[in-house]
Amino acid sequence: MWSRSIGVKAGIVSIAILLVLGLAWHLAVAGRSPTQTMDPEYAKLMGQTATQGKSAMPGPIDVLATIWKHVNAPFYDRGPNDKGIGIQLAYSIGRVAIGYLAAIVVALPLGFLIGMSPLMNRALDPFIQVMKPVSPLAWMPLALYTIKDASLSSIFVIFICSVWPMLINTAFGVMSVRKEWINVARTLEVDTLRRAFTVILPAAAPTIVTGMRISIGIAWLVIVAAEMLVGGTGIGYFVWNEWNNLSITNVITSILVIGLVGMLLDQALAYLGRAVSFPE
Amino acid sequence: MEKRFISVEGISRRFEAPGGGSTTVFEDVWFRIAKGEFVCMIGHSGCGKTTVLNILAGLDLPDQGTAIVDGKAIEGPSLDRAVIFQSHALLPWRTVLGNVAYAVSSRWRGWGKAKIDAHATRFIEKVGLKGADAKRPAQLSGGMKQRVGIARALSIEPKILLMDEPFSALDALTRGTLQDEVRRICLETGQTVFMITHDVDEAIYLADKIILMTNGPEAMVAEIVENPLPKERDRNQIHRHPSFYAIRNHLIDFLITRSKTFKDEIPADYDRRQPPVVRPQAHPPPVPPTEAGRKAA
Repeated sequence: MWSRSIGVKAGIVSIAILLVLGLAWHLAVAGRSPTQTMDPEYAKLMGQTATQGKSAMPGPIDVLATIWKHVNAPFYDRGPNDKGIGIQLAYSIGRVAIGYLAAIVVALPLGFLIGMSPLMNRALDPFIQVMKPVSPLAWMPLALYTIKDASLSSIFVIFICSVWPMLINTAFGVMSVRKEWINVARTLEVDTLRRAFTVILPAAAPTIVTGMRISIGIAWLVIVAAEMLVGGTGIGYFVWNEWNNLSITNVITSILVIGLVGMLLDQALAYLGRAVSFPE
Repeated sequence: MEKRFISVEGISRRFEAPGGGSTTVFEDVWFRIAKGEFVCMIGHSGCGKTTVLNILAGLDLPDQGTAIVDGKAIEGPSLDRAVIFQSHALLPWRTVLGNVAYAVSSRWRGWGKAKIDAHATRFIEKVGLKGADAKRPAQLSGGMKQRVGIARALSIEPKILLMDEPFSALDALTRGTLQDEVRRICLETGQTVFMITHDVDEAIYLADKIILMTNGPEAMVAEIVENPLPKERDRNQIHRHPSFYAIRNHLIDFLITRSKTFKDEIPADYDRRQPPVVRPQAHPPPVPPTEAGRKAA
């Protein structure tokens, strides 16, 4: 009975914490504050908080009901301000995917160049050091001004925030490939290109994938903020739109969904990382 | 037999010292290795043994002088010269077969996969690793890893085998077994070998000639010791050979004192281009007392 694995025990504790938090949430919003008698016409304008003393925060049951509603109809489209959460997520994931893939295409070869050439490493270092700490959203006005397309601009912002961790990790991974492995390839007269693919890439792969994992995390953080700014579509816009609609249940639902998708993206990269790692 | 298959002619190597200036590791080093010879180089750490090996491998270049192999100056690494690294240097993401096959496919670019694998497997079996093809280096013991390193080096059928303290990281028992196997394989194939070691007994067991380096910096070749033991030697019997202790004591004396003092008392007839060749022999058996001696007693 008590010799169960730690995984089972941890699961039980997790569920217990969830139930306690849920109950606390439920009790916290269940109380009713005193109400005033008012003119029925006026009461219609005031909402349930004023007329029935109901809490302004939705309870866990309300949120669960909203989630259930979204799960049942994730892809409906009733105009610009009323799309299913699935469609909004698909927009966000699509933008992240395009920006992220573009960042891979740029960062990996450039990282190889920096890692293999001490000259390029020194020459490009100042640019990277200055550009890396800039918040990707600071690029947004410039992107909107030059690209003149909201959706493309948010893709550009994803690109710019994903590129640095990948670039730096690729360069670092390539630089720290063990010299003896390079020497093995050299004594076998393996040319530079084949050496890059058969020795340096596999040796640096764990470090490169770590950079890619950091990047996907940042990209998913940034897309929400970027879509709040540019509007139109996407999960970030959805959150802001529901705030304007004062639908707190939808805002809470979005927070959970964003977290879930972020976790899945991170786990996918963690899986890739395990696939390319090697024991020494 | 080509007398100077490998000819090292006046090589020097300097490294930039911290805080400006440069340190000369070794200066004006000359020696020759004939085809099929097994030559060991002995010296203390810091005398540039590994640098000499790297220059022969083409991984490093001398600041002065040249190293010539088979009539051609060494300009870079070559598949004719295989290196067995001290730290085995296996690619950890490849299997045993993958590591050896990588070398084979680099040697013979046109070969198909089946032919490459068959060739690689033959050499894996030669070093006694039959059945370990699919294992990764992390699953192997230190001795097995070094066997893979040896198989990889031999599989490209090099003209010269360069070994940088290949057995120093192994326990005594494994070291003995591997020395036996390397000796057997090299004798079978008439392999030319240049090996670095600081183990006197290893050098006596394996080498035909032993190059003695003085201490660095500014190390030099003090002398070249010819091994007086017969080419056919048995690890368990060599210590009974009359000349065994002669050469062993000679080498140990060199490492303990002469490697330090040689520089200060260079013999008058010493020529860097022709370092003295010595052949330590057993002292002749004691002569029976002479008539004169008996009378005196």
